[in-house]
Amino acid sequence: MRSYDWGVRRRPPETLRHEPAVINRQWFARRRYGFGVRPTTWQGWVVTAVAVAGAIGALAGVKKTAGEILFVVVVGFYLALAYSLGGTKKQVLATERGLESVDEPALESGIAKVRVPRAILGAQSPRDIAEAIVSHTGKFADATEDAVTSDSVIVVKHLTKQFGQRVAFEDVTFTVRRGEVFGFLGPNGAGKTSMVRTLSTLVAPTSGTAEVASLALASKHDVEIREHIAVMTEVPGLYLRLSVTENLAFFAGLYGYRDAQSRIDRALEAVNLTSRASDLCGSLSKGLRQRVGLARALLNDPKIIFLDEPTAGLDPVASLEVHNLIIALRDKGVTVFLTTHRLDEAEKLCDRVAILNTTLRTVGRIDDLRQKMFEKSILVSTAAPLANPEGLFSSMESVASWSMDDTGGYVLTVSDVRAAAPVITRALVADGADVLSLAEGHHSLEEVYLELVGAAGRAGEK
Amino acid sequence: MNQSAIRIRAVMRKEFQEYRRNRFIIYTMGTLPLIFTALPVITLFSISNTAPPSVVRTQVAITLLLLLVIPVVLPATIAAYSVIGERDQGTLEPLLTTPISREEFLLGKSLAATIPTVGVAYVFFIVLVVAIRLGASSVVAHAVWQPSWFLAELLFAPLLAAWSVWVGTAISARSSDVRVAQQLGTLASLPALVLPLLMSLQVFKPTATVAVVIAVALAVIDVGAWRIVSKMFDRERLITGASAVTMRAEVGT
Repeated sequence: MRSYDWGVRRRPPETLRHEPAVINRQWFARRRYGFGVRPTTWQGWVVTAVAVAGAIGALAGVKKTAGEILFVVVVGFYLALAYSLGGTKKQVLATERGLESVDEPALESGIAKVRVPRAILGAQSPRDIAEAIVSHTGKFADATEDAVTSDSVIVVKHLTKQFGQRVAFEDVTFTVRRGEVFGFLGPNGAGKTSMVRTLSTLVAPTSGTAEVASLALASKHDVEIREHIAVMTEVPGLYLRLSVTENLAFFAGLYGYRDAQSRIDRALEAVNLTSRASDLCGSLSKGLRQRVGLARALLNDPKIIFLDEPTAGLDPVASLEVHNLIIALRDKGVTVFLTTHRLDEAEKLCDRVAILNTTLRTVGRIDDLRQKMFEKSILVSTAAPLANPEGLFSSMESVASWSMDDTGGYVLTVSDVRAAAPVITRALVADGADVLSLAEGHHSLEEVYLELVGAAGRAGEK
Repeated sequence: MNQSAIRIRAVMRKEFQEYRRNRFIIYTMGTLPLIFTALPVITLFSISNTAPPSVVRTQVAITLLLLLVIPVVLPATIAAYSVIGERDQGTLEPLLTTPISREEFLLGKSLAATIPTVGVAYVFFIVLVVAIRLGASSVVAHAVWQPSWFLAELLFAPLLAAWSVWVGTAISARSSDVRVAQQLGTLASLPALVLPLLMSLQVFKPTATVAVVIAVALAVIDVGAWRIVSKMFDRERLITGASAVTMRAEVGT
């Protein structure tokens, strides 16, 4: 259960919203309290238990030596100091986060407002503050969305992959459910392909754990995992001197199927390539090769398909065909792990998305991410500018704030769109405004993405 | 047939299909043995019945040595291409995401390189000895028509080819460039020629017992090489260019 809600847009810069007890603790795990041992860890409990047992043992003797008395005093002093410095678990966690104060009751109930230390604050923008927090404390997934359930087919916990000193991805935690299309988004070099390679057993994680198709990601399960998955790499990787059928027959053989012709026929039919079955792959266009790659991924009836940029370089028609195939796979109950740069594609296909930029920035349903990151708004367009918009909008209880957009329209921040819309409409009409349109504000996945990945991601793209 | 055999057969079949479509490989397999053996064979046919026995023995030994060069040199280039070539054409990654184990993959690759090579070597040997029997002088025919030579060719050709293949595959699995792998593979396979060289120089006589003992030793070496090369086959290094073990050591985890 890890969560993070940026919640920084249009909020006072010193306030961030955090879900408690969910912040990455790895960075702080090295910090120790009270003679190097945190009382709230199991090591702390062991030390405490040994110390108390020793003290009881020392006190049990009838005649106390000076050494025994000194020992008991030292133990008592240690425990008092450890617990006063370490504090309760809640306090320790709050301290770990580097936050000055925590709203204790809110910690119990859910989302808490926390104050950011001055050192972090400075004169930075809300996003910079959030970035600073993230860079020091890790990243956060959606608490409700990311829970491991019985239908989780991929469970990733604190997974890290380093290539030498270079971090491909770090401390990533998420789950993927059976039969969903899970989008894995991020800029170039964010670690998407490395994650696919890790989950498909091609590379070993540096730390952390994962389960794929209910099997722990470990070398002893590699072959078994690969029996249940299929991977379509960005470059289809076909033998260009072999025909389409020969390519598929080869891979069917690698899956151990003796007579695979019916499978091959099915796969070719699924990608609409039956008529090109005997063509050499070298003679096919890029789009057709991509489809052969997809057919290959269908051969073993996988539980999970990893698609790494499946529409990269395809024309719109070919992309649409791939999209339809992905939807068909989902309808058949196949889990699709889709990495893509194309946010429109992710928005169209994905049930949930994760945004990665070395660290995981967020995970959840796109609608939920929008709601978390952007306050609800109503867009009002009028034939002529309002005479006194400040007076009009500030008099409405349902409007929290307002601003003008680039087109001369008005963006009204509201808490309940359905309740506020009629009130605003009536007020505008009563004020004599010629209302051209009134619509709920909509934020695209691209806005969510840019908000989370931000300038760093854009720089990475370049 | 179990799944492992199906996978190995799939790799072999694919390799054979690729050879068939790649004329360069077929031409190389056909012409290289001719180039190696043309001159000594002509010399053999020019030897008369009055030639001294030592000259006959030496010439026969050289010719048969060159016949054993075929299974060493021919598969070296193919084996050196086997892994790095897959990586270069982008087929290695999809291949390694299937359930095939590294042992199955390497065995399929090596058999696909060894079998045609040994076939070519056997064919050339048979054609040569039959031609000598029919057309060469009787002293040459007698010198060649020895069971020990037949046994040596029968046993050593596949075992030397296998050695060459494993050396080439090992280089292929660790190289980053196809050309370097092929050059190194050819060079590294040459030490295997020491054995036929010693035989041709009459350092030891290729009696049946010696041939069998050496063949057993070579078989053990080949199996060991398969295991070692399998261990050297590091998926992570092949895909990313860096070893997982090295990386763990570097980050101190």
